[in-house]
Amino acid sequence: MEWIEKQRNVLDFTLSSILRRKSKNIALFVVFTAMVFLLASVLFFTGAIKKEASQLLRAAPEIVVQRMQAGRHTLMPLTAVDTISAIRGVSKVEGRLWGYYFDPVVGANYTLIAVKDALPGTMVIGNGISRARGLYKDDMMTFRTYLGDNTAFMVSEILSAESELVSSDLMLISEQDFRNLFGMKEGLVTDLSVTVKNSRELATIAQKIADILPDTRPIIRDEILRTYEGAFDWRSGIMVVLLSGSVLAFVIFAWDKGSGLSAEERREIGILKAIGWETSDVLLMKFWEGAVISLSSFLVGITLAYLHVFFASSVLFGPALKGWSVLYPHFRLTPAIDFYQVSALFILTVMPYITATILPSWRASTIDPDAIMRS
Amino acid sequence: MIRLKDIQKTFNFGSSNEYSAVDGVSLTVEQGKITVFSGPSGSGKTTLLSMIGCMSRPTSGRIWLQDREITSLPERFLTHIRRQTFGFIFQQFNLVKGLSALENVILPALPGGENRKKLSESASKLFAIFNITERQDARVEWLSGGEQQRVAIARAMINDPEIIIADEPTAHLDTKLSREFIEIFSSLRDRGKTVIISSHDPVVCDSPIIDRVVSIRDGRLQ
Repeated sequence: MEWIEKQRNVLDFTLSSILRRKSKNIALFVVFTAMVFLLASVLFFTGAIKKEASQLLRAAPEIVVQRMQAGRHTLMPLTAVDTISAIRGVSKVEGRLWGYYFDPVVGANYTLIAVKDALPGTMVIGNGISRARGLYKDDMMTFRTYLGDNTAFMVSEILSAESELVSSDLMLISEQDFRNLFGMKEGLVTDLSVTVKNSRELATIAQKIADILPDTRPIIRDEILRTYEGAFDWRSGIMVVLLSGSVLAFVIFAWDKGSGLSAEERREIGILKAIGWETSDVLLMKFWEGAVISLSSFLVGITLAYLHVFFASSVLFGPALKGWSVLYPHFRLTPAIDFYQVSALFILTVMPYITATILPSWRASTIDPDAIMRS
Repeated sequence: MIRLKDIQKTFNFGSSNEYSAVDGVSLTVEQGKITVFSGPSGSGKTTLLSMIGCMSRPTSGRIWLQDREITSLPERFLTHIRRQTFGFIFQQFNLVKGLSALENVILPALPGGENRKKLSESASKLFAIFNITERQDARVEWLSGGEQQRVAIARAMINDPEIIIADEPTAHLDTKLSREFIEIFSSLRDRGKTVIISSHDPVVCDSPIIDRVVSIRDGRLQ
């Protein structure tokens, strides 16, 4: 009980000390909070988007088989469907038709996919295209075919906003319209999607496909996921590198402000020692001072970052993390926090700050208290 | 009772500017009395006071507090004795600016772990004794010299110490305030406290309420 009262008393005194040095401590709080906010925003965004990507990829084909010619992706003959279907363990093989269309009006690339249930002459579009071209249900949009003439499709539906992260630039049309638009012959598809019975056999089946069809490249879903992770890790890495200058400035600022004791503070420590505070009491006070400032800044920074990323769509640096595109997807990430990363951020910001505040006080508090009698 | 035997305090030991602030002082300070260490500036009064108050250690010699030899105690125990046994009043009062008078007074007791409410009640009683109750919530820099002096005395009293140590307490006070100060010390003695003052102020040294004046010059008793 006495111990708790002591902590309360010292904490009370610490809070009043913090309030007495308002300008210094407010400056520290603002800089500290801003630093945590920026770093936590990057961490939250990267973590959430990777989680989002992995959830979306669960619906992706387990294996995608592409045909390669002279080291480049080329069209796949549908005859390969039967060849791959014959491999033991393969449950389903489907040809996919997809490609890109450059729209010079808005300077954006659309991703076109042929789907079986689309009616000829109609299309389903993503939110990004709808916004960029001002297209809504029943509107028409003209395309230039591979022959140079024009063809138009009617918007039958706009994809839901929930899927916008991946569907922003998406356009779904019928197989026949797709072939007519790009001049793709019957019997050829962009690639094949392969479903297997036992996911443990994925690598073996991929190897068999590569052996039977040496001009193909099987891509396992996990590899795509790894690529996504790599891409977003790289982007967040770039952000962190850009922020590292700010981090360094923060470290210098915090060290200077946190560790530098003013003459007034030294005098105060001397008075406390002279009137009966032990060195450990002074250090306890300085510990609380560092803890109050750094913890409150950390919590406020983390909360602001959470709101920024999950409620304000990362307005500050979303473009840098989402990618470079004309059709930026508008989406709200599902909150996903990696507590390991938050802990690392805590250890890298709060701990050094508390140490920086305690060390010089320790030096000041070990002087003889009679120095204050001579001041 | 405080007993000092062959106390010596040497600064800058071993270097060319080595000097002894206190040199071979043996002395007994009686309990429940007001003792004044008198002497000119640089005579060693403050150094002697700081050693008696466990703020610094003698280079040689021994000090007994009652029957306990305190010079060889570790820092931690010295601090404990300082907090429990001594109350200090400094020349400049050394109040912490930005804090209220009440917060200043309870400051020495905060690490003791006593309930904050009880501490405030004890402080309020002291404010009542020293007639500054209405100023207890004012920040110390807004107080007059006389009020600051009372706050400093109240702070020295908050842990109810046996011994009050005052270093040149009237150095910055006019004669009227100095006399008031002496009166307060008199009342403290009447309550059983031992008071040790360092001063070369005639108002203090020649006051009839002082029990004993110890003259010091060049670190030695005269």
